[in-house]
Amino acid sequence: MLRISKSQRVWITGLLIVASFVLKKVILAPGISDILMIAAAFVAGYPIALNAIRALRYKIVGIDALVTLAVIGALLIGEYWEAAAVTFLFMFGNYLESKTLEKTRSAIKALLELAPDIARVERNGEEIQLTPDEVIQGDIVIVKPGEKIPVDGTVREGNAYVNQAAITGESMPLNKEKGDGVFSGTVLESGYLKIQADKVGEDTTFSRILQMVEEAQDKKAKTQKFLEVFSRYYTPAIIALAAAVLIITRDVRLSLTLLVIACPGALVISTPVSIVAGIGNGARHGVLIKGGEIIEKLGTAKVVAFDKTGTLTEGRPAVTNVKALEISEDELLRLTARAEMYSEHPLARAILLEANSRLGESFTAPEEAEIITGQGLKAKLEDKTILVGNRKLMRENGIPLSKDIEEYLKSEESEGQTAVIVSDLEKVLGIISIADIIRKDAEKLVKSLKALGVKKVIMLTGDNKRAAAAIAKKVGLDDYYAELLPEDKVAILKEVQNRYGTAVMVGDGVNDAPALASADLGIAVGGAGTDVAMETADVVLMSNEIKKLSYAMGLSRATVINMKQNIYFAIIVVGLLLAGVMAKFVFLSSGMLIHELSVLAVIVNAVRLLGYKEKNAET
Amino acid sequence: MLLKTYQLETLTCPGCVMKIEGAVKKIKGVTDVQVLFNASKVKVTFDESIENSNEIGETISKLGFEVLGEK
Repeated sequence: MLRISKSQRVWITGLLIVASFVLKKVILAPGISDILMIAAAFVAGYPIALNAIRALRYKIVGIDALVTLAVIGALLIGEYWEAAAVTFLFMFGNYLESKTLEKTRSAIKALLELAPDIARVERNGEEIQLTPDEVIQGDIVIVKPGEKIPVDGTVREGNAYVNQAAITGESMPLNKEKGDGVFSGTVLESGYLKIQADKVGEDTTFSRILQMVEEAQDKKAKTQKFLEVFSRYYTPAIIALAAAVLIITRDVRLSLTLLVIACPGALVISTPVSIVAGIGNGARHGVLIKGGEIIEKLGTAKVVAFDKTGTLTEGRPAVTNVKALEISEDELLRLTARAEMYSEHPLARAILLEANSRLGESFTAPEEAEIITGQGLKAKLEDKTILVGNRKLMRENGIPLSKDIEEYLKSEESEGQTAVIVSDLEKVLGIISIADIIRKDAEKLVKSLKALGVKKVIMLTGDNKRAAAAIAKKVGLDDYYAELLPEDKVAILKEVQNRYGTAVMVGDGVNDAPALASADLGIAVGGAGTDVAMETADVVLMSNEIKKLSYAMGLSRATVINMKQNIYFAIIVVGLLLAGVMAKFVFLSSGMLIHELSVLAVIVNAVRLLGYKEKNAET
Repeated sequence: MLLKTYQLETLTCPGCVMKIEGAVKKIKGVTDVQVLFNASKVKVTFDESIENSNEIGETISKLGFEVLGEK
């Protein structure tokens, strides 16, 4: 048999059918017309029959075997038109399906194409070009504008703007300089970087994302498993019915038509096409969803539980209020910063950072400093003694706290702030309030989650009640649970899940990996680069923005809706087809036409998911 | 236990999944077959008793699916 491509075969068959139709109706030459029809049936039917025989050798009856049987039957009873139409529609349908199916997979394919292809490496003082797989850990890699970074690494030299869209889905380029981490697959837009390779080849975050997405796209949803079982029984049942019809009624046409519709193609394909489109859309927006079942769960979640530190908050304390009593605010900050110069305490770091950004100078160390554990510190500078710490430090040193100061401290603390008192040896100079800053998107996120139909948005934290209450109020949470041990978090998740339905735990994936792993559904925020988070979470938000959570959830809802539309549509078509065939409204070719159209409709519907965008999303 | 992954030409029909699964499962020594429809890949787990691991690839080709690569 000479080699002709699928599309050529479609054309030839189509032309033969048209020619034969014209001959019959216009020129009235039914004899030649029939011959052309038979020819069309053979051209289109040959590959179908070939596939059928190939499968039969392994004792497998596929849809092509059924179609071949139906066509042979149609030819034998003289239904040439039907035979040609069935084969043509089957082949043409498959051809269109493969074209549209490619579309549903295009998002993931596009991701694959973002992989870096060359690496410029400095070895023995010479610059050489390698493939990214040939780079060795520790190599110094040079990246120029327009090039992709080929490794995960640390910047050693240079300064550049890097677009990290491939990893985080964020297209705003970030400035990278010495000491910053960079990801493989991201694009250097302007500047120049020398990077020390930390992770290469398959170990890079980008490669791992690709692997995970590839696995995720074929992890079956629960509905899908059910449908596969259904079709496993449906097909033999219809074949049996066809045989019964033939034996009992001797109605050859009816029984052949049954064979054509025995394979519920739209039903089988209804969920996987939606899922691959949904996962593909997510992957392009920095949302990694690990499979169909996860999409189903996320799409129907009723409770979202947040971890506090690093999730709802930035995860690093910062100065929120400066109240100077005897001196200016700047002077207060300057003195405190000098006193805290060598302290490693996170609160001290926060004060230094604030002083630095406000005053824009570097500070000289105090002449003497003594750290008093559990209280604060005492430092000598500029002929003064400065005390920085809590109430206890003041009491021990005999510094009076007036009623006003005490009230101010209490009000700050009720807001979840840590108040640091600064004094000299006689009186209080001022109070600096420090808190873990709430992420700026947090409040908006809670609102959009509610709008998406989440019943309860809660917070689970190991932190104290005061701090938890303050944050819960500001962000607008329904409830909070404080002072929890990791195992308490799991117990509470179980409880809310029993009461409201599927519960999702959101964390940064590092501090709370166990809670994420044991939750119904664990979501890690800012997962790029942290292996634990990427491994344990069911959904990974690559960038450090929690607003992506509402995107992930909205996308999952849309995917679930899309899947349901496909399933209901496919079931209705299967039912109507069967009824139509039995009632003799639908014959061979029209049965095949409806069958192929329904498969196409399901795929086209799934393609819509690729265009999913969050409503009211900021750009 | 050995694991091999075959990259096939783009799979387009839902029926092919069942066909490949069914045929490869029948090969002696094969313990598990997973057809990844969207990735167009077949993952096969088999034990050492299989005489010729080429048999798996050949079976898939004989069903009419071009094997583009294996690893």
